[in-house]
Amino acid sequence: MSALLEVCNLEKRFGPVRAVDGVSFTVDAGEVLALVGESGCGKSTTGRCLLRLIEPSAGEVRFQGEDVLQLRGRGLREWRRHAQIVFQDPFSSLDPRMTAGQMIGEPLYVHRLCGRQEIDGRVAELLERVGLTAADGRRYPHEFSGGQRQRVAIARALATGPQLVVADEPVAALDVSVQAQIINLMQDLQQHTGVAYLFISHNLALVSHLADRVAVMYLGRIVELAPHEALFRAPRHPYTEALIASIPVPDPTQRAERRLLAGEVPDARHIPAGCRFHPRCPHAFERCRAQEPPLLDCGSGQHAACWLVEADTQAR
Amino acid sequence: MPVVSVRDLAVSISRGGGRFRAVDGVAFAVDAGRTLALVGESGCGKTMTALAMLRLVPPVARIEGGEVILRDRDLLRLSEREMQDVRGGDLGIIFQEPLTALNPVYTVGEQVAEGLRRHLGLRPREAWSRAVEQLQEVGIPNAARRAHEYPHQLSGGMRQRAMIAAAVACRPALLLADEPTTALDVSVQAHILDLLRRLQAERDMALLLITHDLGVVAEMADEVAVMYAGHIVERAPAPALFGRPAHPYTRGLLATVPRLTAEARPPRLPSIGGAVPDLAHLPDACGFLARCPEAGEACRQSIPLAEIEPGHWARCVCATEGAE
Repeated sequence: MSALLEVCNLEKRFGPVRAVDGVSFTVDAGEVLALVGESGCGKSTTGRCLLRLIEPSAGEVRFQGEDVLQLRGRGLREWRRHAQIVFQDPFSSLDPRMTAGQMIGEPLYVHRLCGRQEIDGRVAELLERVGLTAADGRRYPHEFSGGQRQRVAIARALATGPQLVVADEPVAALDVSVQAQIINLMQDLQQHTGVAYLFISHNLALVSHLADRVAVMYLGRIVELAPHEALFRAPRHPYTEALIASIPVPDPTQRAERRLLAGEVPDARHIPAGCRFHPRCPHAFERCRAQEPPLLDCGSGQHAACWLVEADTQAR
Repeated sequence: MPVVSVRDLAVSISRGGGRFRAVDGVAFAVDAGRTLALVGESGCGKTMTALAMLRLVPPVARIEGGEVILRDRDLLRLSEREMQDVRGGDLGIIFQEPLTALNPVYTVGEQVAEGLRRHLGLRPREAWSRAVEQLQEVGIPNAARRAHEYPHQLSGGMRQRAMIAAAVACRPALLLADEPTTALDVSVQAHILDLLRRLQAERDMALLLITHDLGVVAEMADEVAVMYAGHIVERAPAPALFGRPAHPYTRGLLATVPRLTAEARPPRLPSIGGAVPDLAHLPDACGFLARCPEAGEACRQSIPLAEIEPGHWARCVCATEGAE
């Protein structure tokens, strides 16, 4: 079976900054792929590039085999019907002068998905599906709480019946008690509609609850890509390991001496030679300073960009 | 004797012609060398509590009453001039976003030295060299050179270290940290928490940590106070709060925190239904009433904070009955 979305060597430069520096992955139909990493790693830029909200500098994006980067005019509009986005901040992603109903109805109108008479009915259906009421359609964003606004943004994204939704930190701006509601809603919707999510987040603990596969980004590149269980049970890249270790556990009896990652993320204008993680890596050896590792196969779908993987394979 | 004790603190906010209580009857104390975490979601009043202690509430807010005793002086009774000596002196402050809290037109060295001149009366040269030492102590490499840099030239983590340096330079008795790691990545957060712990231990400082992150609380706090809708709804030593949470809100909050799982099909995240109530229309009842799975008739009255086991307090009818 071919993938729904294939991203190949995607690059985005902002002047001297290599924000996305050769990223490749696939998303299958109905799958949740999480793209995780710390601020500045290029995860949001990747999401925006593949929807062509910003234009990538190089690379390939294929959706059901079609080259997304070549699309113009009507073709591009058609692509947007299949791929939608939910942004982090529902305070700035909703138009304050439009009602919830107008915002959810607009994509239906733009893509001519139903007749004018049917729009109100469709909007009401979508509102109910995200846990709001038809009457909420007449309200403006400022009348909603943060969690409700994010529900409106999700309804808007789902209005066109997309096959892929890029969710860019969809719950990072919400309180924890509301976060869980939104995550559960997104999971229900996925089961109901079969939509695939590219779930972009900095929160590994959150991602561990809903991802089928996880891609970890560091300085513009994917350093590990693995099925959920393998990544959290046996991470193969030292950066993934460090990220998992640095999450504080909400249990005072488990205060552990944590192995902290040395140094800070380098400036994306001066990406280190060799493995980009080597200056902070506790296991770095000669080869890591000289040669950048590609994503190496660790078996059962797990890949890590680390020379230790190769050393391990040879040892066996 | 505690370094700081807050009693019956109340702050009101005016909105649309009316006034409502954003902080109501808040009380706690922190001993030297100990950490109290004030936890809650946005709008619960935790930051307003901190601002009231600093006497920095915004114009729409008013301190209605209470006491903030810092080393036997009631801060709420001091003149603004005396208060200026307290802020940055006996009372150090760290805010969430170092980029807005630090002054962009002064170098970080100047911002640390300023407090040393003002509060300790050091001469400029002496203040500068102490500032450099302080920057070094909080883990800024090449501190002598970096002291000449402006906030925008530092990374987020280094900026937060600089702010910590400015906050602790005059050896405050109490350090008030409002979401000190919320704007930072997890790997940087771990370093900053370590630094705060180290400084606190070395200087026997009392730390009031304000945060929404229960992971950070578990990592740092000796005692925890959970706020909801302007009230402290539960207060307990950290092991008791995490091990035997008594208030349904605390239990809900602990359950909703996503924890790392490697299970292939993790169970659904538990959530708390509804949303935080509008403080302007709070009924004369338990503030959690509308969202509480255990609510009954007895909850339709204002509920006092009651001790359910030594040192463990909860503002809940059910928790109090359970204890009896």
